[in-house]
Amino acid sequence: MNVPVANESAQLLSVRNLRKEFPIRKGVLSRQVGAVKAVNDVSFDVARGETLGVVGESGCGKTTTGRTILRLIEPTSGEIRFEGRDVRSMSTSQLRKLRRDMQIIFQDPVSSLNPRMTIGAIIREGLTIHKLAEGAAADARVSRLLQEVGLRPEYANRYPHEFSGGQRQRIGIARALSVDPKFIVCDEPVSALDVSVQAQVINLLEDLQREHNLTYMFIAHDLSVVEHIADRVAVMYLGKVVELATAEDLYREPLMPYTQALLSAVPVADPKARKERIILQGDVPSPANPPSGCVFHPRCHHPSKDAACTAIVPPLEEKTPGHFAACIKQSPTTVSWEQQKNAGGVNPPERYLPLAAVHA
Amino acid sequence: MTPPLLSIRDLRTYFYTEAGVARAVDGVSFDVGAGETVGIVGESGCGKSVTALSILRLIQPPGRIEPGSRIEFEGKDLVTLGDEEIRHIRGNRISMIFQEPMSALNPVFTIGDQVAEVARIHAGLSRRQAWDRAVETLALTGMPAPEDRAKQYPHQLSGGMRQRVLIAMALIMKPALVIADEPTTALDVTIQAQILDLLVHLQKEFGTSILMITHDLGVIAETTSRVIVMYAGEVVEQAPVDELFARPHHPYTEGLMHSMPHIGHDQDRLNVIPGTVPAPTNWPHGCRFRERCPYSWERPEREHPPLYDVGAAHVSRCHLAVEPERRNNPHAPLVVVEGVGAA
Ligand SMILES: Nc1ncnc2c1ncn2[C@@H]1O[C@H](COP(=O)(O)OP(=O)(O)OP(=O)(O)O)[C@@H](O)[C@H]1O
Ligand SMILES: Nc1ncnc2c1ncn2[C@@H]1O[C@H](COP(=O)(O)OP(=O)(O)O)[C@@H](O)[C@H]1O
Ligand code: SF4
Ligand code: SF4
Ligand SMILES: [Mg+2]
Ligand SMILES: [Mg+2]
Repeated sequence: MNVPVANESAQLLSVRNLRKEFPIRKGVLSRQVGAVKAVNDVSFDVARGETLGVVGESGCGKTTTGRTILRLIEPTSGEIRFEGRDVRSMSTSQLRKLRRDMQIIFQDPVSSLNPRMTIGAIIREGLTIHKLAEGAAADARVSRLLQEVGLRPEYANRYPHEFSGGQRQRIGIARALSVDPKFIVCDEPVSALDVSVQAQVINLLEDLQREHNLTYMFIAHDLSVVEHIADRVAVMYLGKVVELATAEDLYREPLMPYTQALLSAVPVADPKARKERIILQGDVPSPANPPSGCVFHPRCHHPSKDAACTAIVPPLEEKTPGHFAACIKQSPTTVSWEQQKNAGGVNPPERYLPLAAVHA
Repeated sequence: MTPPLLSIRDLRTYFYTEAGVARAVDGVSFDVGAGETVGIVGESGCGKSVTALSILRLIQPPGRIEPGSRIEFEGKDLVTLGDEEIRHIRGNRISMIFQEPMSALNPVFTIGDQVAEVARIHAGLSRRQAWDRAVETLALTGMPAPEDRAKQYPHQLSGGMRQRVLIAMALIMKPALVIADEPTTALDVTIQAQILDLLVHLQKEFGTSILMITHDLGVIAETTSRVIVMYAGEVVEQAPVDELFARPHHPYTEGLMHSMPHIGHDQDRLNVIPGTVPAPTNWPHGCRFRERCPYSWERPEREHPPLYDVGAAHVSRCHLAVEPERRNNPHAPLVVVEGVGAA
């Protein structure tokens, strides 16, 4: 199996062949008629202290991946190891302990906070569940947490509706931090915020990471935010990781044709930049019925695309050191030309870098 | 000189709410020339959508356009025009594309019927003619298999296709002005690229003027020729697009540009504008950006800045225009800078 592994022991989290299928039911008997392949054979590692960015368009499986890792959603199959421990075989009480180490921050700062609880009570909840502090000690800890995320300690007695979106996101961050986690899944934590407030929250997350030695999985659809915050980036398309590399390599030289199109589509805030754009045709197909072979083939612009792409599922393979991409036409590839021809291939793999000039 | 297609002078649109009078749009003036694409940029709540709705006279109570406001379009004052006439202009001469394509479409009619309906009302076409024109216009927007798609219902289409339907509805009467209010905000980036491409192409093809409303400076840079920056219900800066990006004058514009991460130009730490936008019921006196501004001094506190000329066709609502030396010593803004993340 081709898996982007560096040094086994440095990894905080390892995910192997993760799958999540949501059943599609129909009729009075709720008979299952199909399945949405929300996460379709995903493998990656996250090293201690790093930020793994996860990008991709709506519905590609980012949130489902993040939630299955925390077992907020039960995976259909695959392996999840956190500090070497098998997360999928954990008992309820082991899971409860694990939730101290792994936290999540949600996209929607409005609906993720209980409107009937004070800010103080929201942040204290985790302290109580995990028996970390009570009484005056808990109060002191809440005060400290509020200050850390840039809010006044007096706010502990107020309710969520009294705060702006950016402030609510800070409250969500304080809640996640309260139990002293090692790993936080940040699911679009700044997507709902205005540009100026977004920058405040990103800086806060970076400061906290340094101070608390945190490891982040940072999910977002905004590619420039991810370039800024992530050390490595995984690009998802239709439930699959199609490219995985350091942020620097990925943005400088995207190898998978989908990533190339995605990056070229981002509007550039510079009227002088005359950039090359790859306009993809059509829409993302339904994950209930993903295309055969390479899931990107109906929209792919790679000049060597051919019948082999519809038959062979491209492995996520190392194209250059530390740079993984899933494309059998982007050389080098472990899927031999012989194999490709047997699958109907007519165009040999080549190196295709339509954006090279743009980001030079 | 020919007068501009649209000329807005001192537009004030207020909402009389329980929390007080929300001065959502508070003295806005700008022009849109024939065939021009003008952008309005600013953060949520600064008054972009209310400006757009005011032009179409779609403001509902408790909101109203205040007396003295003027919106001149093709020689008519839209503020005082009769209801019948404004209905004629809406859809015929000015049309609008909204952010949420789903809520702007009726779920129980086919999209072909909905596009055709516009042509039936405004051009008096027969059912057959209107349907043909609808299919033609859908094809123009790049809708795949337009004859078949026209027979489908909104829920059967993707977000990008629904936005194409709205664009078809906006264009079927070949209006002089299209107001696009965050037309791609709800769309994914590859679909956004398709739609922006389409709008730019249609604008060139038909010479339609576009008022492009967005919070995304990238969309502004790629589609517009002139930009209006709004903050707290006012125009705070206006300039040709190249000039604005090369020489932003207003500290808010500058802050907005610097707080955005840019692909390929990653910096260690993002610059932030501290604090948040004030409430529209309670704009600060003097300069409305004062508390968040790194240059503020006594004058902005006392005196509401006018729009100063700061370059060719470039205006800025900031006293730095007349006291430029103040830019040399930035200081911590007035808003309380709290916690590690805010510094
Ligand atoms: N509970 C569920 N039941 C059925 N299908 C689901 C469920 N949750 C998610 N899905 C489907 O799984 C796929 C992946 O969804 P997911 O929420 O992970 O996407 P995402 O990448 O986070 O998207 P977004 O950017 O819109 O948040 C989508 O097709 C979605 O419709
Ligand atoms: N129907 C309404 N009633 C009261 N206030 C409103 C109404 N519509 C808009 N506003 C207020 O007017 C201000 C400007 O709103 P809007 O133009 O929608 O902002 P944006 O720039 O995000 O489009 C906001 O503060 C908003 O809360
Ligand atoms: S495998 Fe084929 S279809 Fe898939 S990205 Fe590569 S060239 Fe395109
Ligand atoms: S007038 Fe003064 S406070 Fe207002 S934006 Fe200009 S420098 Fe800042
Ligand atoms: Mg999601
Ligand atoms: Mg708006």
